[in-house]
This record gives sequence, C-alpha cells and structure tokens, in this order.
Amino acid sequence: MHIPDGYLSPQTAIPMIAVMVPVLGVAANKVKNDLKKKQIPVLAAGAAFSFVIMMFNLPVPGGSSAHAVGAVLLAILLGPWAACLGVSVALIIQALVFGDGGILAVGANCFNIAFVMSFAGYYTYKLIKGAADKLSGRGMAAAFIGSYVGLNIAALTTALMFGAQYHLFQAADGTPLYFMYSIKVAVATMMSEHIILAGPVEGLVTVIALWFVGKNYPALLADSPKWIAGNGKGVGSHA
Amino acid sequence: MLKTYKNLWWGLLVLIILSPLGLLATGTAFGEWGLDELADEVGFIPAGLAKFADFWQYVLLPDYSVPGMNAGFGQATAGYIISAVVGVLLVVLVISIFYRLARD
Repeated sequence: MHIPDGYLSPQTAIPMIAVMVPVLGVAANKVKNDLKKKQIPVLAAGAAFSFVIMMFNLPVPGGSSAHAVGAVLLAILLGPWAACLGVSVALIIQALVFGDGGILAVGANCFNIAFVMSFAGYYTYKLIKGAADKLSGRGMAAAFIGSYVGLNIAALTTALMFGAQYHLFQAADGTPLYFMYSIKVAVATMMSEHIILAGPVEGLVTVIALWFVGKNYPALLADSPKWIAGNGKGVGSHA
Repeated sequence: MLKTYKNLWWGLLVLIILSPLGLLATGTAFGEWGLDELADEVGFIPAGLAKFADFWQYVLLPDYSVPGMNAGFGQATAGYIISAVVGVLLVVLVISIFYRLARD
C-alpha cells in the first residue's frame, strides 16, 4: 500500500502533502496536550510495532504481496490522533531510509495508511464495541472488525488515488503518464488482496496484540481510564 | 522510555527476530513495482513515472537490505533484521521527542 514515487502525478502528491502537514500538526498537538508522559512509551512501542509488522509481507497468490499495518491497534490503545501520528512517523522513516513508499508520495501514504485507517477503523471499532469491555468477546470482535475495515478503507482510498491517475493524466498519444491501470482494475486488485488476505491478518494481529497488552498491562486496556477517549472524541476528551 | 512496559519491548524484539519471515513473500505489492520490474509486470514504463521514480536519492537501506549484503538468504535475513532494528530505533527516537513535551 506504500505508493512509490512516480505512480502519482505531482498534482496529486503535492496537495496530499499540503493536507497532511496540518493534520499531523493537529495530531502532534493532541499527543502533546492529551497524552501523559507515561503513555509516550506505549506510543513509541506501538509505532515501532507498526513499523515491524509492515515488514511481514504476506504472499498473495498470483505473485503479489500485502501486509498488515497495526494502525487500529494503536487507535484502540491511545486514540486515533495518536495512532495517526505514530504510524505517520513509521511511514516517513520507511520512505526516507528504506525506500518503502515515495518521498513525493509520503503525504498520500500518510493520508491513506495513517489517517484514514486510524479513524475509519477506530470509529468502526467504537460503534461495534459499544459499552462492552475491551477484552470481552464483543470488544475483541470489534477490534477484529474495526482493524479489518480500517485496513480495507485505506486500501480503497489508495486504489482510488492510483486509478484516478490513469483517467486524469495521459500523454498526447493516450498512454498513461503515471499509474497505468484504470480505477476499476486498481480497486478490484487492491480490494481482493485486502478483503481476502491482509484484512483477516490485520484483524488477527490486532486481537493477538490487544490480548498480549491486556495480559501484561491490564491498566492499558481498562475501560475508559481518564486518558483514553471514552466518548468517541479521540484522545482529547478527558472523561 | 524502555523501563516501563518492559514486556512490550520484549514482544517487539521477538517480532524483529521473526521479521525475515516477511522475505518469504517474494512478490512485489500491486502498484509498487520498481523501474526494473515494470517491463515484466506492466509491459512499459509511463513517461511521468520514469521522471519521478528516483526522486529520492538517499535511501540508506533499500528495501530493508544492507547494501553489499546480497549473497543468499542468510545475508538477506541479517540485512532484514538490521533494518528492523534501525527502523525501530529511529521510530522510538522520534516519538521520544514527545516524552519531553508531554505532561506528567
């Protein structure tokens, strides 16, 4: 899902950077003001977890590959804004140091994989979990479905960005200038990989990691402690 | 940073050691083909794509590998683990800025 440089037109990539600068500014402020000092190590470990889990490439039949992200796990633990910041840090380092995802495309990648996934997944989770405990059957089902949905909506926005290039940017002779397949092909391919393979893996990874965190540090999963969003307003809401 | 939540860091270390499992999936993800793969995967290289593909020239550990360590699966595995360690350290370094900024 990491879009490399060259696959997006500058007319797409640059505005996405312009969008993500204020979004990450807000996220940084939320983390600074609403998280406590002792929660920062959880954010660091969570962002590092996201970095490493993205290295576990899953073979997709037909010769492609996909991977889980861990963004919704972070959102469940610390709220969607902190998740957006943590995953963005991982994505920016992946682009700069490891060439995984482009530099021009880094705004688009942070938008899809950090912002869209964290928020879409988190609110799906909240909706399903309701008032149930995080570690209850319903809480775990909500974590599975929320992270599944979050990853798939991120795959969808990525596919739409890809496919839009084909329709909007062509050379005079009609050949595509950037991404080279239609929206239909991009959505069908990206979604089948993530609906069938990467999505269920994301769900499993999220549930197992939540169980691990809850078993070792139950306080991190305590229902609605003061510093976790208890009312769907993100980390900013002090109960 | 590392003293609290020690078991989270131990868990992370286990994942880092297991990370070379990710090398078993040799296929490139959809829409992430390099210039060298496009001819096979797509059949041509779009003009705009060729222009911007190498925009960033300062990748130190390309595709989670250590340059020069390409001889066989053993070296690729070592390079992958080194990359995971470097990545984790950089992520923790950046996030730890917020340790100073956040309140008690």
